[in-house]
Amino acid sequence: MNWIVNNGDLIGQLVVAHLATAIPPIILSFFLSIPIGWFANRFQVSRGILLTVFALLYAIPSLPLFIVLPLIIGTGLRDPINVVIALTIYGIALMARSTADGLASVDPDVRQAATAVGYSARSSFWRVELPLAGPVLLAGIRVVAVSTISLTTVGAVLGIDSLGALFTDGYQRNIPSEILTGIVVTIALALAVDFLIVRIGRLLMPWSRIVGAGGGRSARRQRTAATA
Amino acid sequence: MIEFRGVSKLFPDGTLAVDDFSLVIPSRKTTVFVGSSGSGKTTLLRMINRMVDTTSGTIEIDGQPTTALEAVALRRSIGYVMQNSGLLPHLRVVDNVATVPVLNGVPKKEAREAALVLLDTVGLDRSLAERYPSQLSGGQQQRVGVARGLAANPNILLMDEPFGAVDPIVRSELQVELIRLQRDLDKTIVFVTHDIDEAFLLGDQVVILEKGGVIAQVGSPTEILTAPANEFVATFIGAERGKRALSIQKTATGDILVDSEGRAAGVLVQQSEGVVR
Repeated sequence: MNWIVNNGDLIGQLVVAHLATAIPPIILSFFLSIPIGWFANRFQVSRGILLTVFALLYAIPSLPLFIVLPLIIGTGLRDPINVVIALTIYGIALMARSTADGLASVDPDVRQAATAVGYSARSSFWRVELPLAGPVLLAGIRVVAVSTISLTTVGAVLGIDSLGALFTDGYQRNIPSEILTGIVVTIALALAVDFLIVRIGRLLMPWSRIVGAGGGRSARRQRTAATA
Repeated sequence: MIEFRGVSKLFPDGTLAVDDFSLVIPSRKTTVFVGSSGSGKTTLLRMINRMVDTTSGTIEIDGQPTTALEAVALRRSIGYVMQNSGLLPHLRVVDNVATVPVLNGVPKKEAREAALVLLDTVGLDRSLAERYPSQLSGGQQQRVGVARGLAANPNILLMDEPFGAVDPIVRSELQVELIRLQRDLDKTIVFVTHDIDEAFLLGDQVVILEKGGVIAQVGSPTEILTAPANEFVATFIGAERGKRALSIQKTATGDILVDSEGRAAGVLVQQSEGVVR
């Protein structure tokens, strides 16, 4: 406990550094997965191939990736950019499927209705299909966020600041409470970001809880019979 | 006026949904396509706003081929109402109604105000405007669907079994409402149904379709009822049975109309004027 009290500043700095590294990959993987998800659903053959290839990216071991990336893109070994790019790759690996599934989950009747009233293919995608895929995208990005915040700690091995530094430092200097603090704060941070994302989702999609609660076509049909 | 000229539709799976179909749909009247499933009635409707492209033949609106306009622009100029309302679940009722004007570039505030007036037109309370479609009953959703179809003030309104999924009581309410609306608005309505009663109730011109978009008979309800063109039409409209084949029976208290089963169906009253259409 003493250790935490004496190192409050350090923990604070590491939380900031951790977020600075983790948040860009979460946002990037969300947006970069949109064209991938669209393309996956566009053609019948592309779906299986594309989604498998992107899912396999998750199988790349993280530490070697952090070391190989600077060689490929020409950054320094300790450049946080390496971690951002690596985490974005993992984020996309998780998110591409969610985006493809989310877009595929949009009721074909609704898509057809949008076409019938005069949405162009482009406006139908951005203003109807993507918003309606929202709840599935939200579920996907929550997993990406938690996974990214956890993976960010690995960067500490290369000397890139994050809460992971508490593991490496605590291990080297044999301070168990420092290691424990690192674990607990990382989990707390993941929970906090997850909570925030859920909040943002509710704000952007006020309709989703209503539809989820009483929507669905069968429920609607039943109510049809009861009222006018 | 909408004119079909030798229109055919062959779907990629080899189904010939419509074969060499020709028909004139008069302006400011309600034309009803009625037939069983597989009669191509929905395909015919969707070819008007190019939701479905024709394989051969042309469709003209007021002398202009539908292909003269870009498909998206064409669709925005034609109202469309479908089964299960087809409302966008993530937009509030008022924004659903304002969809097409907003797509056409009308400022959002203006379009929303016009949408509120349209809610009045279709008999919906303005208090529903801020709700989401899933919070409405089926009948209310259909009314919103009609309001959306009217929002861009189109000359043509296409209706694809719009009342097919609501219960009978609400359906007859909506039918009466549509008749009232049409009296005020004078649109060219093309209506698709499999319900012959609905067709006779709403149609100025009724088109009875056999399989593959073959026209069995075109005419007013009166013409079709009094002179069914063939056996298929007679069977389809049920001319020889049930409540269509009424006869007068004399009783102690006066004359009564009975159906083919002998059940009382109504009484004959003297109409002072007016000709049945």
